[in-house]
Amino acid sequence: MRVGVVTFPGSLDDRDALRAVRLGGAEPVALWHDEADLHGVQAVILPGGFSYGDYLRAGAIARFAPVMESIIDAANGGLPVLGICNGFQILCEAHLLPGALTRNSHLHFRCRPQGLQVVNNKTAWTNAYAQDQEIVIPVKNIDGCFVADDRTLDELEAEGRVIARYVGGSPNGSQRDIAGVTNPAGNVVGMMPHPEHAVEALTGTGADGLPIFTSVLTYLGQQAGVR
Amino acid sequence: MTETAHRAQAEAATEELPRMDSVGHAAATPDQSQPYAGLGLRDEEYENIGKILGRRPTQSELAMYSIMWSEHCSYKSSKIHLRQFGEKAPPSERLLAGIGENAGVVQVSDDLAVTFKVESHNHPSFVEPHQGAATGVGGIVRDILAMGARPIAVMDPLRFGDAAHPDTKRVLPGVVAGIGGYGNCLGLPNIGGEVVFDPCYQGNPLVNALCIGVLPVDRLQNKAASGPGNIVVLLGAKTGRDGIGGVSVLASATFDDASDARRPSVQVGDPFTEKLLIESCLELYDAGLIVGIQDLGGAGLTCALSETASAAGTGMRVQLERVPLREPSMEPHEVLASESQERMLLIVEPSKLDAVLAVASKWGVLATAIGEVTDGPSETDNSVGGRLVITWHGVPVVDVPPGSLADDGPVYARPLREPSDQPLIQADRAETLPRPETPDDLRETVLEMAASSNLCDKTWVTEQYDRYVLGNTVLAQPEDAGMIRLDETSHLGVALSVDGNGRHARLDPYHGTKLALAEAYRNVAVSGATPIAVTNCANFGSPEDPAVMWQFAEAIRGLADGCAELGIPVTGGNVSFYNQTGNVAIHPTPVVGVLGLIDDVRRRIPMGFRDAADAVLVLGETRIELSGSEWAWVMHDHLGGTPPEVDLAAEQRLGAALVAAAAQGLLSSAHDLSDGGLAQGLVEACLRNGVGAAVTAPSEFADDPCGYLFSESAGRALVSVPSENLATLAALCEEHGVPYVQIGAADPAGHALQLTDQFSIPLAELREAHRGTLPTLFA
Repeated sequence: MRVGVVTFPGSLDDRDALRAVRLGGAEPVALWHDEADLHGVQAVILPGGFSYGDYLRAGAIARFAPVMESIIDAANGGLPVLGICNGFQILCEAHLLPGALTRNSHLHFRCRPQGLQVVNNKTAWTNAYAQDQEIVIPVKNIDGCFVADDRTLDELEAEGRVIARYVGGSPNGSQRDIAGVTNPAGNVVGMMPHPEHAVEALTGTGADGLPIFTSVLTYLGQQAGVR
Repeated sequence: MTETAHRAQAEAATEELPRMDSVGHAAATPDQSQPYAGLGLRDEEYENIGKILGRRPTQSELAMYSIMWSEHCSYKSSKIHLRQFGEKAPPSERLLAGIGENAGVVQVSDDLAVTFKVESHNHPSFVEPHQGAATGVGGIVRDILAMGARPIAVMDPLRFGDAAHPDTKRVLPGVVAGIGGYGNCLGLPNIGGEVVFDPCYQGNPLVNALCIGVLPVDRLQNKAASGPGNIVVLLGAKTGRDGIGGVSVLASATFDDASDARRPSVQVGDPFTEKLLIESCLELYDAGLIVGIQDLGGAGLTCALSETASAAGTGMRVQLERVPLREPSMEPHEVLASESQERMLLIVEPSKLDAVLAVASKWGVLATAIGEVTDGPSETDNSVGGRLVITWHGVPVVDVPPGSLADDGPVYARPLREPSDQPLIQADRAETLPRPETPDDLRETVLEMAASSNLCDKTWVTEQYDRYVLGNTVLAQPEDAGMIRLDETSHLGVALSVDGNGRHARLDPYHGTKLALAEAYRNVAVSGATPIAVTNCANFGSPEDPAVMWQFAEAIRGLADGCAELGIPVTGGNVSFYNQTGNVAIHPTPVVGVLGLIDDVRRRIPMGFRDAADAVLVLGETRIELSGSEWAWVMHDHLGGTPPEVDLAAEQRLGAALVAAAAQGLLSSAHDLSDGGLAQGLVEACLRNGVGAAVTAPSEFADDPCGYLFSESAGRALVSVPSENLATLAALCEEHGVPYVQIGAADPAGHALQLTDQFSIPLAELREAHRGTLPTLFA
């Protein structure tokens, strides 16, 4: 299976995401921001970084890149899309996910191993976890504070669209300790923490992030079976 | 356009710029007074420029000479001392590029090389902490990039004034945010460094930045502008008025009350542009599109143009008005002096120019042809060729031999004199200071030391840096060395540590520098890597003060001798003088970086105790050495005596034993003992994974447990080892001639650090003391 990782100018964790895709067992495909062609990939990852320097607002310019037009269309048609950190910010700017990521409440960049609880294991990107499984993966951002109006937050909770919560308090001031959310169909997921930095014990916080990259393969297999 | 039309346009442009001082104008007005002193040039230096040119310099030329002959660029006070690094260097087959290049390059396998260097950005960071520190990272990253390498990690040795001083609250958070903001946005893991506080740095914080990069051996680049007819291309950001006079006015003069007014001399960084610059340069290298490359840092275009031409022995003709400007009203001398960030100079064959411009365009980076390489000096007539000619709308404003700027700057043998108080300070030993009287007092001392600003946990700083990006970080702070995997298949990796101790160097600059080298060497070895090369950043006061110059000379002699003894070469570095406020210089602060190589990063040794019942040993010999120690400073406000003895042969034996033990998988943990001694080593090893330890002082130290705990004897490591490996480790130590003593065992059940007959401190209490300091001061 082919999983694409988009490189925008200023993307930083694109190489890590490509490696994680490979370690997860899929064929990694590099996608370029300026090309609308998705090269036949079956899933897409928008990696971390500071696309377009995060000028204006994090993700605000990347959302208009040619590749995003194709991704938005495909996501609405069911293509699994994962946004990590800056990718999450882009998905919010693109209105594929609700809410926004704002400056951390303490105003500092913060990088640390972070405990998470996976509270929805039914999505395209989280089905390899047990429901309510606790994991540790790195969080690193300066604009990671998830905010939305109360009605949206209530809706997200009611529909089970919060996919992960911070354990032991939010590292960035996110409302209701939300670390990641999904769209109603469960194919589009955004998360601030970095599963691609937790795919091998040697270089990350462990391998707790790897199931993110195997989940999507299971999901694609199931979809193929349905068809 | 015809030649006549060109000239007419040029003359019109000249008329619009009545203040412009052309070469012709300079020749016609020999007596016009020039503000050379204000630019930092001495009378005899100015006269020398006149002799070189056969006329007075133009305004642009004067700007260029004042920059290139500044202390920062010309190393005029340090050059005669730095030669020792080459003269005393041990033979090394690994060294592909050494001192004088943008950074030293060391071969690490058949097809890979590593390049690394540390530099200072001290003065800008005091004036404007955030941008000063940020552009320090940007500058060193471009040095590494210019060698053909992909930058893969950074480290930052930082020194500030007293932690509780109000100005430290201004400087430190800005510096840390600047380093984080820039490095994080470049996608470079920050894997180590130092955070040190001492009142001597109050008016002169030291912000050093180290970068390491990796390259295929055959991608090594050079800065020579060879091949007359080749095109000179400026790549990257537009040129603005920022950073004018950065190296001459800011970095080469002592600070005073007017320093605030020099804020415009600080550059402003844009890491996003630098990230694109990195990616476009790497693509240019891989496609084989360039002949030469040089980064633009201190001294901007002036340095890049003169050094590339001088390195090739060619001339160069530059149409300066082609340089894309942020501010159209800039004058030629400003364009030449600007230190605007995120720029590189490329030398390109004409047939490849379009391909180069296409790569730049793909990454959205400006690329502009600004001139061409011309012939070198004629062999028969040295008045022909070999000139750097710079025109502004057709009018020559610079016409100089490039080597006169880049290589022929003044060289001074400055007077040296041992500081008059040196014997007094050395006689005032700390070993005689009173110790805590009761076990309870000793317990309190351990807690107070663990919480002191230099020994406390630095997470508040380091978690503002990304350590995970690029996916190859095997070890990062607070580990003794940072370690990066170079190859996922072979598991080859490098380790890096950077260390300095200004107090040791103040007491004895020669041995203090050797101690810094020994510590960095040891930090690399405890991680399981074999040290192979050295970089350094020498931070000192004014070279015009004979006492400072003596300290500098002693320090460099110490480093050169030390590297010769250890058999590892100095590959490059940086000198930062004028770190003083008024007449008061900082402690001499040589910062030494050591690079190590490890065949298999999976064998790396972390610092923290891990398993129940592992034996805990101290390798190396402990003496009661408290002079210059953290204990003397924190508990007694004392700085005197002579620093710990340094025995580099013993360091080598210890290093070899540690590397062998790591390769055989004998150790659970290994941790360098240095600042804060064994007490600090135990505190850190216990808190790293929350595993306690119960230890007993060897009998010969039973009557001085405080001295034993806080002695900073060099050449020691704290290791923990599974009991089944104890005999093998002991045999290994004996084989290498390394003394060892088992002092106790890791004790996770106890959840405490215990010293027999003295104290037991629960880890929770220890952790609170160790971790609370920086957040309380700066959060």
